Amino acid sequence: MTLVNSAATQVPHRVSFKAPNRLVHHPWARFALRRGGGFLLSFAILVVVTFLIVPLLPGDPAVVAAGEGATQEQIAQTREALGLEQPLLVQFWQYLVGIFTLDMGYSFASGTTVTAAVFSRLPFTAEIALLAVAAMLVVSIPLGMGVAIVTRGGRNAWVDHVFNALTSLVYAVPNYVLATLMIYVLAIRLGWFPAGGAATLDALVLPTVAIMLGPACVIARVVRREAVTILEQDYVRTARGWRLSPWRVNLRYVFPNLLTTTLTLSGLILAGMLGGAVVIETVFGWPGLGKGVVDAIIMRDYPVIRGIVLLLGVLATLLIIVVDVILAIVDPRNLGGSAHD
Amino acid sequence: MTEARRPLLRPGLLIGLILFAVAVATAIIAPPLVADAANTLTDNRHQPPSGGSWLGTNAFGQDNVARVLVATRLTLIMTVIASAISVVLGVVVGVSIWLAPGRVREWCLRILESAVAYPTLITALIIAAVLLPGATTAVIAMGVAGIPGFARVTANLAQQVSNSDYFITARFLGVPARRLATRHMIPAMAEPLLILSTTVFATTLVEISALSFVGLGVQVPQYDLGSLLNDSLDALYTQPIEAVGPAIMIVLMSVAAMFVGDGLAANANPRAARAWVPRRPQAQAAAALATGDEALVRVRDLRVAGSKDGERLELVHGIDLHIDRAEILGIVGESGSGKSLTAMSIAGLAADDLDVQGAELRVGTMNMLGTPAPAELAQTISIIYQDPGTTFSPSLKMGAQLTEVLRTHMGRGRAEARRIMVGALASVGVTLPEKRMRQYPYELSGGMRQRAMIASAVVTEPALMIADEPTTALDVTVQVDVLRQFRRLRDENGTAILFISHDIGVVQELCDRVLVMRRGEVVEELRPEQIRSREVSHPYTRSLLDAVPVLSAAGAAHVREED
Repeated sequence: MTLVNSAATQVPHRVSFKAPNRLVHHPWARFALRRGGGFLLSFAILVVVTFLIVPLLPGDPAVVAAGEGATQEQIAQTREALGLEQPLLVQFWQYLVGIFTLDMGYSFASGTTVTAAVFSRLPFTAEIALLAVAAMLVVSIPLGMGVAIVTRGGRNAWVDHVFNALTSLVYAVPNYVLATLMIYVLAIRLGWFPAGGAATLDALVLPTVAIMLGPACVIARVVRREAVTILEQDYVRTARGWRLSPWRVNLRYVFPNLLTTTLTLSGLILAGMLGGAVVIETVFGWPGLGKGVVDAIIMRDYPVIRGIVLLLGVLATLLIIVVDVILAIVDPRNLGGSAHD
Repeated sequence: MTEARRPLLRPGLLIGLILFAVAVATAIIAPPLVADAANTLTDNRHQPPSGGSWLGTNAFGQDNVARVLVATRLTLIMTVIASAISVVLGVVVGVSIWLAPGRVREWCLRILESAVAYPTLITALIIAAVLLPGATTAVIAMGVAGIPGFARVTANLAQQVSNSDYFITARFLGVPARRLATRHMIPAMAEPLLILSTTVFATTLVEISALSFVGLGVQVPQYDLGSLLNDSLDALYTQPIEAVGPAIMIVLMSVAAMFVGDGLAANANPRAARAWVPRRPQAQAAAALATGDEALVRVRDLRVAGSKDGERLELVHGIDLHIDRAEILGIVGESGSGKSLTAMSIAGLAADDLDVQGAELRVGTMNMLGTPAPAELAQTISIIYQDPGTTFSPSLKMGAQLTEVLRTHMGRGRAEARRIMVGALASVGVTLPEKRMRQYPYELSGGMRQRAMIASAVVTEPALMIADEPTTALDVTVQVDVLRQFRRLRDENGTAILFISHDIGVVQELCDRVLVMRRGEVVEELRPEQIRSREVSHPYTRSLLDAVPVLSAAGAAHVREED
């Protein structure tokens, strides 16, 4: 090891220039500023839109909200409950104050506070959405990577065809059709799972599968395309040049570099799953936010509609931010503008 | 079988169009014919399937097949109108945003961005909450909910178009904004927008049916496919056959839209489908190992072939070469001459889609046409690549990558491997080696990364080092130093080096012997003195020599730190 041990080539180095350590120059601070600003913008839009739901009701909002066949007295009560007798700007101010004090009035249907009605449903939707995303990643990443590895360099072309056909087809089946099918086969005929409700733990299985299967197909295809690109990268060749085993190359050199794209898309898909939850929760009678908002619209329970839509919107926006933070931790270059170059 | 012309209709597109035509025909023809069976209340409730009614009857004694056929019309009409709203207004919004002045555009794009992240179905729910459930509401809700998504893809496409030369020209010529949009931008985007429209159609179909399915779309007495499926849910225990009709119809139309979209996309972008060439069994040349061959590397009749348009295309045409121990062999040639392919074939790292054959391909005692043991390979051959910017994985720290061979193949522990590597980094002039080990590749300069690469190549004390244009991506001052490292490696460790370069000046300084390659063949073999004195015979070599200025004497002062 003669060469390695001769330290004759050591030379003093220049101290590299560093940006002054002011707060806004720190990449995480800039990141927080930008993302925080984006969140505030989205939140402001959400507040305005949810507020407008009631004033925009056709005709006299109080009459519509009170429902068909309501008495004059009921209409008057509704008018008061929604604060409709006041000028629009005052209404908006009260709505805004209500949001920040978590006092958004009472549900027309159940009489409980909106806050209670909304937050009692949140855990159910969170449970199902997070489980679905986890299941989706567990299925789609190995599948997409596997197909990319097996078919690289044009080998095993049939695997590619089968994979493409299958993912396209499954994706083309709407989740509620899939849910109906699963309820019939797995719940009614085979009795393996409950057909609905949230009484037992295994009631989670069918809704989760119904929500994640379509998105899993999309992600699997994304992972495959991404893996094909990464497999052609120089650093994969370098790792192969070190004669690492295929497993080690794929796990250490291909997989981590897939994560950026995959996680970005998964965040978007998770936000989309909140929409999927609306349908699937209704099919399975799952007492989450989705079923809550559908029931509220049918019953014209406007305070609850506003509350749930606002919460769903905030969740969707926060998810995107959470994904960005995870991405920045996985690979600091995602902070946008690193201090080093 | 290369095909110059492609079929006008690909099979997928054809299938999609046929399915779609069936659905449209059903929607037009069926309702008047079967309206009675679909809507008249009878006493034949929950009848099982029979010759008269294939899917039985529902709770009101109405024929299930007839109801599906009638419902298809409403679903199709609703979907078409809602998609049209999304697409037309989406294009208008997208193009307007792009034509707007810079600041406005920025803000609009940001708002659009957050709107797109918001689930369309929930946007649709807000609208349904305001307008009260019904068929018209469902159409407006889905139509409006789809606008942001389409506006964004339009804005993205518009950006691509506005960067094109002819658009910039038109702008400079002072074409007014509206004319710019209608005459230049929209036509240029027409094809991708059409393809994206089929996606919008599929999504709208699925989600508008979803609205009806959860009870917020079409209301009784009207019915569409979604509400039929919802009705069937109540009867799933008693009359499950009722779900079959609407389920099949929704899936059929969704699949049709998918086929049409994919087909159009394939027509628009006819990427030559990667032809599948069966790999030939590799020639087993193990028996041909010449006995008493002193050379470290022996290559005879090396042929490397790829495939283009399904046909075998030979890229290296039977090369012979040898490298002695402690010899530095240079290969020069322009890009595409096959020099890198040759080097990578010797390393056993040719790309997967290449076919490597030869009468002999030997490194040490290893037959590179077979499958030598990974540990022996890793310790015998080290490789240094051209672009240090891409040769390390961006998501692993340098230390983890540099110590791979030590830990995997040489049985060193983590700490010991790090210690050895730090020493190696220092010896090739990497500053702050301890710190570098903890840094990510992008935190190092190109020169530092390439030195690190060399250090990792050196620690195994390889018999052969293959350097594929190792200095091309570096500053001239760094180049000189890197070249010096190679010379030292050979002098002190007795490592043979295969040095690939397009720079004949660099090669003559470093190498003991030089091969000139062109179009997959070796055209000339030279000694460095011959290059220096320009005693070359092949005209191609002469042109290479004329192309580079003569390098001044070696031993120039090196500048160590370039950042």
